[in-house]
Amino acid sequence: MSAEASFVRIQASRGWSPLDLAALWEHRELIYFLAWRDVAVRYKQTVFGATWAIIQPVLQMVAFSVFFGQLAQIPSNGIPYPIFSFTALLPWNYFSTALSKSSNSLVGQQNLINKVFFPRLILPISSVLAPLLDFGIAFVVLLGMMVFFGIAPTPAIVLVPFLVVVCVMAALGTGLWLSALNVDYRDVGYIVPFLLQIWIVATPVAYPSSLVMDAWLPVYGLNPMAGVIEGFRWALLGADVPVLLLSESVVVSLILLVTGGLYYRRAERNFADVA
Amino acid sequence: MSDLAVRVDNLGKRYHIGQRAHYNTVRESFSNLFTAPIARLRGRPISRPPSTHFRSNTFWALRNVSFELRQGELLGIIGRNGAGKSTLLKILSRITEPTEGTADIRGRVRSLLEVGTGFHPELTGRENIYLNGAILGMRRAEITRKFDEIVAFAEVERFIDTPVKWYSSGMYTRLAFSVAAHLEPEVLIVDEVLAVGDIAFQQRCLGKMEEVSAGGRTVFFVSHMMFAVTRLCKRVMLIDGGQVLADGPADGVVDQYMELIGGDGSGARTWAVPDSSHDGAVRLCSVRVRLESGQVADEVDLRYPVAIEMQYDVLDPGLNLVPSYQFFNQQGTCLFVSADSGRASRPSGVGHYTSTCWIPANLLAEGKLYASAMVSSVDPYVVHIAAHHAVGFDVKNPVATDPHRAGYTGEYPGIVRPQLEWTTTVASLPSSAHALVQPLRADR
Repeated sequence: MSAEASFVRIQASRGWSPLDLAALWEHRELIYFLAWRDVAVRYKQTVFGATWAIIQPVLQMVAFSVFFGQLAQIPSNGIPYPIFSFTALLPWNYFSTALSKSSNSLVGQQNLINKVFFPRLILPISSVLAPLLDFGIAFVVLLGMMVFFGIAPTPAIVLVPFLVVVCVMAALGTGLWLSALNVDYRDVGYIVPFLLQIWIVATPVAYPSSLVMDAWLPVYGLNPMAGVIEGFRWALLGADVPVLLLSESVVVSLILLVTGGLYYRRAERNFADVA
Repeated sequence: MSDLAVRVDNLGKRYHIGQRAHYNTVRESFSNLFTAPIARLRGRPISRPPSTHFRSNTFWALRNVSFELRQGELLGIIGRNGAGKSTLLKILSRITEPTEGTADIRGRVRSLLEVGTGFHPELTGRENIYLNGAILGMRRAEITRKFDEIVAFAEVERFIDTPVKWYSSGMYTRLAFSVAAHLEPEVLIVDEVLAVGDIAFQQRCLGKMEEVSAGGRTVFFVSHMMFAVTRLCKRVMLIDGGQVLADGPADGVVDQYMELIGGDGSGARTWAVPDSSHDGAVRLCSVRVRLESGQVADEVDLRYPVAIEMQYDVLDPGLNLVPSYQFFNQQGTCLFVSADSGRASRPSGVGHYTSTCWIPANLLAEGKLYASAMVSSVDPYVVHIAAHHAVGFDVKNPVATDPHRAGYTGEYPGIVRPQLEWTTTVASLPSSAHALVQPLRADR
C-alpha cells in the first residue's frame, strides 16, 4: 500500500456513514481468523467435540417427531416427519446460533473494541460465519437421511447455497441491529433468547407453512426464515416451490442487512466510549 | 505536508460523566417516547433528567491539543494518571472519535495499547500468534514469514503448541509482546506496555523499540517509566489536565514532570489534616529531610549523612507496621528501597510515631532525589498509607573541597556514588620484565 493511499484524517463524524465494504475486504483475513477462533474454541474440553453438531439436531428431530409428528399428528405434506423436521432444524439452528452470537459480539468483545482499531462490522460478520461449520456437519447427516428415506433431491438442490446466503443475511441483518442496540441497551441480552423462542413458533419448523391461511401468508412471509425453510424443503425434499415466501424472505433479509449495517455504522462511533 | 507524518490540530475529546443519556434501559426510552409528546401537548417542559444532568456533567479529557510529528520522529508522552495520554492515543488509533479538531496521519497506523489483546486462553501459542497478529493488523503471509523470529524473541519454542492458559504469566507476556514487536507499520502507537515482564525482558523490549525507531518509523510512546522515556525519546510531550503542558527536549520536559508529581519538591511536607486516605489504620502527618544538625533542608551535601523522617499516627493497635522509603532520581529510576524491617515481628500499638531513616555519607550521587514514604504491614502485605514523592532534595557535591574526588573535577557518572573499600598491593616485577622496561626508556 502506498503512503499516499493511506492518508487518514481523524475527526468527529456526523449522521450516516457509508458501509465501507472496501475496508471490510481489506480486513478479510481478520474476519477469517476471528471466525476460525470461534470454531477452534467451540468444542474445547468437551467429550464429544464436534459430534455435538450432530447430536443436537438429531435429538431435536427425535423429540419433534415423537411429540409433534406422532402425538400431535402435525401434517408433513407426505414427507416422512423426521426428515421433514430435520431439514428445517438445520437452517433454524444455524440462524438461532448465529443470531445469539452476533447480537453479543460487541458487548462480549469489549476488550477488542477498546484496544484495537478495525472496521467494527467485522465482529458480527465473523460471528455469523463460525456456526456455518456446524451447519455443514449436520448437512452431511441430512444427506445420509435422504438416502435412508429414499428421497432423491430435486434439481433445485443447486440452489441450496443461495438459500444459505439468504439465511446468513437474515441472521446478520438482525444481528447487526441487536448487537448495536446491545451496546446501549443491555436489555437485548434478555430479549434474544425470548425472541428466538417466539420466532421458532412463527417459523415452519415443526409444521408446514401450508397450515397458514392464504390471506395471512404475505404477513407470515415477513419472517425471513419462513421462506428459507420452505425453500430447503423444496430444494431437498421436493415440496412445493414457495414462491411468495421465498421472494419475501430475500427482500426482507436484504432490507434487514442494509438498514442494520447503516444503523450499526452510525452507532459504532460511540462503541468504545459506552461499551 | 512533505515529511510530516502526523499533524494534530486543536484536538479535543469530551466525555459525559455520571448518568449517561445513552445508558438508559429500553423501558425509559419507550416511556419517554410516549410521555414527551403528551407533555408537549400540555405545554409542560419535557422532563428529561438524564439529558439535563448530562449537559452539566461533561468534562474535557483532552482539549486544544496541537502538534506536528515528522516522519521517523519518536515522541514520548508523559503525564499523571488521568491526564489524557490514553485518550490521545485512542483518538490517534481511531478507537474513539474526537469531539473537535482533526488529526491527519500519513502512513499505516498500528497501535499497541495493551499486550495480548485478543489472546484466547484455550488456543495454543502458535494459534494465538496468528490470531493476535491478525487483530493487530498483520497479514497471514507476514506472520508466517516472521513466525520463527516471534517465537525466538519470546523464548517459548518448547511450549508453542501448548494452550496459553497453561503458560506462566511471564511466558504469556513475552509471547504477546513479541507478536506486537514484529509489527511493521509506518506509525506505531505504544501505551505503557513495557511495564510488564521482568527487567531482562524490559531491556530487550527497549532495544526492540530503539530498532523500530531507527528504522525510520514514527512512534508515539507513552510510559510512566522515565528512564525508558529518556532513553528512547529525544522529544517528549507532557500532558496534564487534558492539555499539552510542555513539548520539547526530553530532559527538560521530564524534569518538569518530576516537579509536577513531586509537588514543589521541597525537603519538608506536612499534612494539615493527617493523610488517612488508604485504610485509615495509619495517618501520615509529615515527611521531612533533615541534616545531622536536625535542620530541615532542601539541599544536602553528599559527604554527610542525611535523615528522612516521617511522623504518623497509628490508630489500629493490632498491626505489625513497617515504615519504608523508596528513593527515585529525576529520571524516575528507583535507586533503592529501605524499610525498618525489624519492626515487622511485633504489633506497633496505638501512638504518634516518628521513624527516621539515615542515609550514610558518601552513598548518593549528585542530582535531585525524591523519597516516597510508606507504612505497610507485611503478612498479609497491606499498604496502610503511602505518599508518592513526598519530599525532594538536591544532592550537592562541592567539587573543589571534596577529598574523595582527589582533585578530579569532571563528571562522575552513576546513580549512586558509594565510597567503597579498596585494596591495592604492589610487588616487584619479575626479572625477565626488566629487559622490556629498558628499551622503552631508551626510546625516549
